[in-house]
Amino acid sequence: MSATNPIIVATDVQKWYEAFHVLQGVNLTVERQEVVVLMGPSGSGKSTFIRTLNALEDYQQGQIIIDGMELFPDLGNIEAIRREVGMVFQQFNLFPHLTVLQNITLAPIWVRRWPRPRAQEMAMQLLERVDILEQAHKYPGQLSGGQQQRVAIARALAMQPKIMLFDEPTSALDPEMVKEVLEVMRSLAESGMTMVVVTHEVGFAREVAHRILLMDQGKVVETAPPEQFFQNPQETRTKLFLSQIL
Amino acid sequence: MAPSNLQSRSTSLLPSVWGWLRRNLFSTWYNSLLTLISVWVVYQGGRGLWVWMFTQAQWTVLQVNLRLFLIGRFPIEQIWRVWLVAVIVAAVASFTAGIIQLNRRAVIGVGVITVAGLGIVPLVGGQVPEILWVLAMGGIVIMNLLLGPRYATYLPKRLLSQGLPLLWLLTLFVVLWLLSGGWGLSSIETNVWQGLLLTLLTAVISIGLSFPLGVLLALGRRSSLPVVRALSILYIEVVRGLPLIGILFIAGVMLPLILPSQIRMDDVLRAICGLTLFSAAYLAENVRGGLQSIPSGQIEAAQALGLSPVLVLGLIVLPQALRSVIPAIVGQFIGLFKDTSLLSLIGLVELTGISRSILSQPRFIGRHGEVYLFIGLLYWLFCYLMSQASRRLERQLGVKGH
Ligand SMILES: Nc1ncnc2c1ncn2[C@@H]1O[C@H](COP(=O)(O)OP(=O)(O)OP(=O)(O)O)[C@@H](O)[C@H]1O
Ligand SMILES: [Mg+2]
Repeated sequence: MSATNPIIVATDVQKWYEAFHVLQGVNLTVERQEVVVLMGPSGSGKSTFIRTLNALEDYQQGQIIIDGMELFPDLGNIEAIRREVGMVFQQFNLFPHLTVLQNITLAPIWVRRWPRPRAQEMAMQLLERVDILEQAHKYPGQLSGGQQQRVAIARALAMQPKIMLFDEPTSALDPEMVKEVLEVMRSLAESGMTMVVVTHEVGFAREVAHRILLMDQGKVVETAPPEQFFQNPQETRTKLFLSQIL
Repeated sequence: MAPSNLQSRSTSLLPSVWGWLRRNLFSTWYNSLLTLISVWVVYQGGRGLWVWMFTQAQWTVLQVNLRLFLIGRFPIEQIWRVWLVAVIVAAVASFTAGIIQLNRRAVIGVGVITVAGLGIVPLVGGQVPEILWVLAMGGIVIMNLLLGPRYATYLPKRLLSQGLPLLWLLTLFVVLWLLSGGWGLSSIETNVWQGLLLTLLTAVISIGLSFPLGVLLALGRRSSLPVVRALSILYIEVVRGLPLIGILFIAGVMLPLILPSQIRMDDVLRAICGLTLFSAAYLAENVRGGLQSIPSGQIEAAQALGLSPVLVLGLIVLPQALRSVIPAIVGQFIGLFKDTSLLSLIGLVELTGISRSILSQPRFIGRHGEVYLFIGLLYWLFCYLMSQASRRLERQLGVKGH
């Protein structure tokens, strides 16, 4: 991968919750079309960090540049950046008062100002891509967890983002539904999407990620390609973590 | 299987009635005792009322004063305007009901009650034009209710969802124009707006105004701007600490002092201000409950899609928050409707006020029972309609929640 024109550059990002130093200088550079997996023990700051990348969390020190736009701690271009960055949450967070189709077309219509028919046409294509075309007119509450998460992915993709963030997208799912969501993510990666994924799915990380990061106590402890990360980790902290999850 | 099924169905009705009684009213000895006591109480009370209604009550007081109850001392030569208002409102209401496809039985019930209610008019000595008005109204209502589903399929859905509120707003202005005059109509002072007409006007306008104000106050109370938040809290807590009648007096006495002296504020307007300001504070608290019930994940998901704060509020937060507090809000509106009876204490001659003035006529002294029973029924009818509408709305929206 040629390291010329990175799409995410985070430099020394620091954040405090009151006195608690949750991000203690995180550095991360992500190339276009790269898939980066974040791992680490609970409370290490993975969610907090990934959420700074689309300004759902602010930060007090450091710098984040998304596709050439700097994310100032408080700024006017938040929405411009969020349009480029899709996010999928652990709890799906679909809008329960809207149908699947309305969930997906909401942002294209109101933010991108697309005419409704065009938005709907694209939504149907996305639903076909995540393999739930027949659920278009149901409400989220009528779907299984795996189906809901796939709708959530389609909803994020509808804004045609350049980057997709995933925060433990399969942790709230029953085991038999994990695979269908990971399949969708895998094909998304194959299509060339830039992805930052917080997950503990070792199989997915091993096969899909280009790089794996281990976070601990608000810092990136180790960065390595999958084979090296799993077979030959350098840091004792990584070895300890792997011994716990493998 | 099938034959035994048939047999059990063909058994006579009586045992099943007996069974129902056994199960529901006489299942245990104390249950039976309670049932017997209740029956005795209902019988005693009911018999008293029955006897009074058919032997002592003199219903002429209603017959003679029906016009007063409904529209008070509205100038008789202008009465066509009230009829026109009634026809317009009935037309718009039945059009709305037809489109949102209220359940058939409810629709027919409301239609029959309205038409039958107005049908009294000819019976109590209405003249030919009045009967024609009633017929026109009935015809339009029935046509709208029957054709409603057709409208819904032929007119574009978005036009309807955005057009209906506008239609109602327009209706309100037309009604106010017809009732007060100007622009080619002879003008009518608001002090002849009386009776049920005044009750409905003040209630509907106060409800319509207090809703947006209440939502704004609820949002203000959760605002991140300290000044806005403090002012909202101050307002809500002060108003909730005052009795409505106090606020109405304040609106009557204080507002003229605060406002520049050129503006002489109309009594009806003042009453509407008082009711609106009062109701908004309670509404704000109800809406706040709904706002708090929205999980933060909903807001984050909307923000992550690039929606601006206004869109997050309007498309995600408010629709869900308001939906979850429909029962509380409608309860508030029903309370407001009944609270209009307090306006009689600040000199407005609404339904309760006109009743008191009727009761003070020498001819009808002591006819309290008849009069209050009648206006009680009227209040109940409108409150019941509101609560039915709310249940309908809840059911229609509720399916989508889960
Ligand atoms: N709003 C908050 N206020 C104070 N502390 C917080 C807040 N949100 C998170 N934290 C703390 O920050 C730390 C990092 O949280 P974060 O959610 O980023 O961890 P995580 O790595 O995603 O963990 P998990 O694997 O459990 O999701 C935790 O110790 C958490 O308690
Ligand atoms: Mg987390």
